[in-house]
Amino acid sequence: MSPGFQGRPRSAQPALPPGQYLTEDFPVLSAGPTPKVGPETWEFVVTTEAGAEYRWSWAEFTALPQDTPTVDIHCVTRWSKLGTTWQGVSLDVLLDGVDTGAAYALVHSYGGYSTNLPMADLRGGRAWVVHRYDGGDLPAEHGGPARLLVPHLYFWKSAKWVRGIRLGTTDEPGFWETAGYHDYGDPWREQRYAGD
Amino acid sequence: MTEMSYLDGNMLDGPLRELFAVDLSAATGRCEACGTTGPMAGLHVYPHAPGLVARCPACQGVMLRLVRTPQRAWLDLRGATYLGIPLPPDQPYPRPL
Repeated sequence: MSPGFQGRPRSAQPALPPGQYLTEDFPVLSAGPTPKVGPETWEFVVTTEAGAEYRWSWAEFTALPQDTPTVDIHCVTRWSKLGTTWQGVSLDVLLDGVDTGAAYALVHSYGGYSTNLPMADLRGGRAWVVHRYDGGDLPAEHGGPARLLVPHLYFWKSAKWVRGIRLGTTDEPGFWETAGYHDYGDPWREQRYAGD
Repeated sequence: MTEMSYLDGNMLDGPLRELFAVDLSAATGRCEACGTTGPMAGLHVYPHAPGLVARCPACQGVMLRLVRTPQRAWLDLRGATYLGIPLPPDQPYPRPL
């Protein structure tokens, strides 16, 4: 066990959200080919409802204050993985100084994926843009160079290959939210599908 | 780097048979994004996802998404401008005048 590991004791029976099973490996889910984007071309853009853009290059992004969250993740396909360790930048840091009154965010990715969530869920130390997983660079199949991490919602909200966030005053559903999945996706309330 | 594997569009036969009386594997579709026309069986289907995502083999644009929930199927064809479905030469509607 590595020093400082904050996960649950192995002997404890972990509490899982309803309908989930525990997995020790890390399944790879993908709705398309893996985008090839290197640090030299990568950028992250926050666009406000007024059209203002805030951009970070890879060098600027990785120079921001870093968090190392250890979190449980829950996929809507019913697997959960406990005590995953990440490194990245809190959305509180990225949104600090962004002039916005928006209530909703549409996260978009290299490769065309998108997902929506309320601004409130991006704030308060509950969401990150992460670029390292389990002590190494985030592998491309898991969303590298960088992905969103919002572990209190189903993992489809944690967009891989994240490119930016559009802030808006209206809720705009994303890739899976327009195809039958729940708009919010709280695993503890089992909000899998529209209408749940 | 691991490239995500995809299956060919023939794997859509079973999931779509639950919805349609006709066999769509022989249908042709036109990609809304790039205009390429080809058989549904030639699409690239990514099954390791919360739903089935079928992409144009030419431009990787999403042509079809199918999500099966416990109560219903959600079929999104906005990425396909048409499906051409082979049918027998019978033409009941409209009848010849």
